Formats: sequence, structure tokens, C-alpha cells
Amino acid sequence: MIRLERRPQPSTLWTALTPVLAVLLTMIVGGIMFAALGKPPLEAIRTIFWDPLFHPQFASYSRPQLLVKAGPLILIAIGLSVGFRAGIWNIGAEGQYIMGAVIGAAVGLAFYPSDSVLLFPLMVVAGALGGWLWAMIPALLKTRFGTNEILVSLMLVYVAENILASASSSWLRNPEGQGFPGSRNFKQWPAVFNDELIANTGMHWGVVAAFIAVIGAYVLMARHIQGFNIRLTGEAPRAARFSGVNPARIVLLCLGVSGALAGMAGLFEVTGPAGQISIDFGSGYGFTAIIVAFLGRLNPFGILLAGLLMALTYIGGELAQLMLGLPGASIQLFQGMLLFFLLATDVFTNFRIRFVGREVA
Amino acid sequence: MIKRRTLLAASAALGLVMGGAAFAQDVPKIGFVYVGPVNDGGWSQHHHESAMQMKEHFGDAIEVIEQESVPEGADAERVLTQMALSGADLIFTTSFGYMDPTINVAAKFPDVKFEHATGYKTADNVSAYSARFYEGRAITGYLAGAMTESNKIGYIGSFPIPEVIRGINSSYLHAKQANPDVEIAVVWLNTWFDPAKEADATQALLDQGADVVLAHTDSTAPLAVLEKAGAYGFGQAADMAEYKPTPRLSSIIDDWAPYYIERVQAVVDGTWESHNVWQGIGDGMVGIGEFTGPIPEDVLAHVTQMKEDIASGAYHPFTGPINKQDGSAWLAEGEVADDGTLAGMDFYVEGVSGSIPN
Repeated sequence: MIRLERRPQPSTLWTALTPVLAVLLTMIVGGIMFAALGKPPLEAIRTIFWDPLFHPQFASYSRPQLLVKAGPLILIAIGLSVGFRAGIWNIGAEGQYIMGAVIGAAVGLAFYPSDSVLLFPLMVVAGALGGWLWAMIPALLKTRFGTNEILVSLMLVYVAENILASASSSWLRNPEGQGFPGSRNFKQWPAVFNDELIANTGMHWGVVAAFIAVIGAYVLMARHIQGFNIRLTGEAPRAARFSGVNPARIVLLCLGVSGALAGMAGLFEVTGPAGQISIDFGSGYGFTAIIVAFLGRLNPFGILLAGLLMALTYIGGELAQLMLGLPGASIQLFQGMLLFFLLATDVFTNFRIRFVGREVA
Repeated sequence: MIKRRTLLAASAALGLVMGGAAFAQDVPKIGFVYVGPVNDGGWSQHHHESAMQMKEHFGDAIEVIEQESVPEGADAERVLTQMALSGADLIFTTSFGYMDPTINVAAKFPDVKFEHATGYKTADNVSAYSARFYEGRAITGYLAGAMTESNKIGYIGSFPIPEVIRGINSSYLHAKQANPDVEIAVVWLNTWFDPAKEADATQALLDQGADVVLAHTDSTAPLAVLEKAGAYGFGQAADMAEYKPTPRLSSIIDDWAPYYIERVQAVVDGTWESHNVWQGIGDGMVGIGEFTGPIPEDVLAHVTQMKEDIASGAYHPFTGPINKQDGSAWLAEGEVADDGTLAGMDFYVEGVSGSIPN
């Protein structure tokens, strides 16, 4: 008979091991799914995990693309992880990402066609501010009226999507776009185009910001008193209150940081890889980042690796669709499995398995 | 450090061996990129089905690769690049939003040919193709005018772009031919596909007194609402035959297969050249679904004749005299609209009320 027994302390070994185990289980079960679809399972797994890095035809292109795809995921996930550590659940990063992009782009376009070097930094600030403001709505509602930040932040995603639609089809629409929805393309505006800093590396300002955020989050959580307060609030809210931590301030801080980082991610994306505000601009980074944050164990360096892994499954998944004709939905299922197995294997972190003999009644 | 480097080199070599086999074929490889899932019931599904008909036509002489649900923007550019890298010879990008990504990627792969649907930019290796849906709108508009009893027809607009404005103008002009007292009410949704919104808009138009509703969005939701209300509508993008005989009176069907077969044949023959085409009923790109429901004999005869005349080129749906909404002259008696004006149409014709949102 198998029994679960609570560990006195979460196991550090298993904390590190579960992501690896989750990836392996995803490969196995995913492989079975691919086989059931009539596709060669080993080749599919290899296409997803190996080809984007080492395929002779694709790798030189897809390796830099990993950074392009992982950059916003990491930046958003770092912000989310700060809140998640404190038990503050910002599910609406997608909305903050969109609002950062819209407000940042609007500020930039107001100065079109200026070629001032100050414009891009100004847009970054505006983008961060846009995401911050959007996150302040659930934060203030929570601190003032005790509303649930999960619901409010999630609902605000749909509001943001509608603002995005109205921006791209009316007030930010390209006046030279023949009436089609979508703003001017930032790629044709060198002063604010968030191009690769070094050609063919995929490294743009958003990726740089993501790396800085990783280090910043590490310093905050491991070395700074606010980081300690955040962790304490998450692990022992009563103890936190007794030691003088102001819970409202923690809510404002956590939602503010995650909103501002998501907004910046949106701005870097719209001025870089996406190029313009369009109705389909929000491509789910804000939601995927939640998976990345948990896959990375809410640890800044873990998130860095998790973001790259997630990007790998995206790009590898596209290659698998292309080369093996796998349906798009099966790739999404595959990514979903990753989170599912992570949560499932997490049980070993807090519990140990005991095999006990049949008890005599 | 050296160890790590040799490991990388070994990995790269291994990848070379493993990947080499997959690219041995040398039949032309044709790629399709879709904005929605291939079973969306509308736009993407029709491109996919046309692609499959094309594949059936050529059999083993070509290979088809597809990618569905590709967001417009940064992801599209990556997907197109990967397709080109995988050895595709011809890539169809089947949504308007792929225009800039297609042009960007095409510039990097001069030997790969691209066909972009419904856009206006072309290059040496990028063609643009689109359908003259306004020809179909002339027929459904005439039917709407003939069948309305309240003298009010509704139109569900997606985005205020020339394509949709042409459809509204063509529908109204021909509804008026059938019924001089007809009025048209337009609702804008800012989406191509959102069944809930489409149903709400249909209900709103019915509440305003319309009893025939034309839709420029892709779902069957409007027909479902019209069925309950006992009003009439049309299939859009697909035949939507499940709503025969009423409320669906006819339909405008997107049929890309003949074009896909023609263009793939050109690649096989080595005669492909960039062009910008706009095909209609005559070429088969715009299909008119079977006429069903209680359409009177004389109306049926008229639309059947109209369909033939448009197909043969004897009749152009935008033939003067036509005034613009503000009363200024656009086309003189007998004058036919030129493609340039139609492609960028940003005005209503006289008689359409309301203004175009911008």
C-alpha cells in the first residue's frame, strides 16, 4: 500500500528535480499522443526539442528566435513570480502587456515622425506606466474594498483587448493604411524600432530588460528587506503582520511590479518583433508567463531557464507542424501537459511516499 | 571549455545526420499559412479545403505543408521564414494581416515564391490575389431588396475597410434595383468571427425593423437568429447549406481551388510570375450558392440572368449613374468603376445612411 506522508520541510532535491521529471513525463506521454495521431513519436520529440537548436537548416535562424520568444515570457514571469511569492495572484498580465503596448505606442506615435533619441526611452517609460496603471486597478480595489485580484485582473484582460481593437481600428490606425486596421509599422521608423542590438542574435532591448529583471528579482528576493517581507507575507501572513509588514503596501508593490514589467514587455514587443499595434497583437504571452513562472519554481534563474524551454516548445512545435504535419492543437496540448505534470510531480516536494505493508485489521 | 565546444560540434553533426533524410524529396513543396484553425467553419477552413482539392489534383507530384492558427505579426514572420528554410517553393499566406511579414520574408528568400491573399503589396516573388466578392453581393443584395417586406435590410459589417464598404455599396445598389424604397442599416463589429457578437448584431437589426440581414462575418450565428425570427439571410464564405431552404436564400462561397491549381501548375511548369489578380464569378473564385426559399419566379429569373451577365462581363455591378453619399457625382451614365477606386473604396454611395467609422 502506498501512503503519502508530509515532509517536515519541502525537499530541496525534489524542488529542483520536479521540472526535469515533468519534462521527461511530457516527452513520454506526448510521444504516446503523437504515436496515436499516427506520427513518429521520437522524430516529433526530436523536432520539438532538438531541431530548433541544432538542425543544420533551421538552427541558425531559430536559435536567435528563442530569445525573441523567451524575452517577453521571462520579463512578465519575473514580475508575476514576485506577487506569487506573496500569495498575490495576478492572472491578468496579458491585459497589462496589451495596455503597456497601446499606451507606449500611443505616446510614441504622438511624436511621429520625430527622430529624437529620447523618444524610445520615453515610450519604454510610458509602456511600463501603462501596465502599472492597469495593474493598479485590481490592486486598489483589493486594498480598498477587499475584491479578489484574480477575478478583477482576469476580467480586465478582456477590457484591454477591446481597447486594443479600438486603438488599431480607429485612434491609432495608420492614416496611410488604406483604411485597414493596424497602426503605423515601427519597423519603418528607425528612431523607435526596437531592432536586434547585434545582428542575428535575436537580442533586442526587451531581452536585455528580461536579463536585468532576472538579476533584479534575485537581489530583491534574496538580499532586500522588501523581498523578505514579500516571502514572509506569502508563507506566514499572520507572522508578517505581527512583524509590522503592511499588507496593503505589499499588494500595491507586487501588482505594481508585475504590471510595469508586463507593460514594458508589451512595449518592447510592439516596437520590435510585432512591429505594430494590431487587433491580434495580444498573443497570449501574459498567460503563458504564468506557466513559465511556476515551471521556474518562482525562482529568477529558474524562470530564465523555463522561459527558454517554453520558447523551445513553441518554435519546435511550429517546426513539428511544418515538417510532420502535426495539428496545431496537439502542440498546445503538449505544452499544457508540461504544466500538468509539473503540478502533479510537485507532490513529491511536500510529501514523501511510504510503501507500507498491509495493515492487519 | 574545449570539452563543451567539442560536445556542441558533436551535437551539430548528429543533428545533420538525423535531419538530412527528411529533405530528400525534390517534388515542389507548397506551403499554406492560415490565421485560424482549419475547422473554423469559414475563412481558414475554405482555404484549407481548397488547398486539399489542389493536393488531390496533383497527387504525388507535389507536397503540401500547412500551419494553422498563426497569429498575424511577429509569429507569422517566423513561421514563414521556417517554411522557406524547410524548402518550400511556393507559400500561400491566406490572411490580410500577413502582408508585411510576407513582403519582409520574401525579400530574404528571392527563390521562394509567395502568394498573399487580399492584400495590395507585391514584389518580384510576391503575388497578390483576391476575390471580387462585391459581384456576389450584387446578387444577394438584389434578393434582399426583393424579399424585404418592411423595406429595411440590415448589414453586419466586420471592419470598415474597402472590401466591406464595397460589399455594402454593392448590396444597397442592387437592393434598390429590386425595391426603390429600400433602406439599409449597418452595424460594425470589428471582428471577422465572433458568433455571440454576430447573433447580438442580427437581433439588434431585427429590432430596428429589418427583415433581411446580410453578414460580412464568417459564422452561422446570424442565420440561426434569423431562422427563429422567420427572417431571411445568406451564407457567407461557405454555402451554409444547413440553413436551407430558409432562412438562407443563397450564399457567397469562397472557392480558391481553381486559383491554387493554376498557380501550383505554374510553379511545376516553371512559368510562375508575380501578378496582382482580382477574380470574380467568371473565374470561379466567387461562387453563388443554390437559390432556395420562397423566391418569386421573376426575381429568380432576374438573379440567374444577373449571375450570367456578371460572369460573362456583360454587366459590372458598379455601372453609372451612381452618386456618392453626399450627392456628388461618381460614375456617369454607363460608366464603369475602375479597379483602383474600388480597391480603395472609402465612401458610401447615395442612399446609404450613417457614416463610416474611422
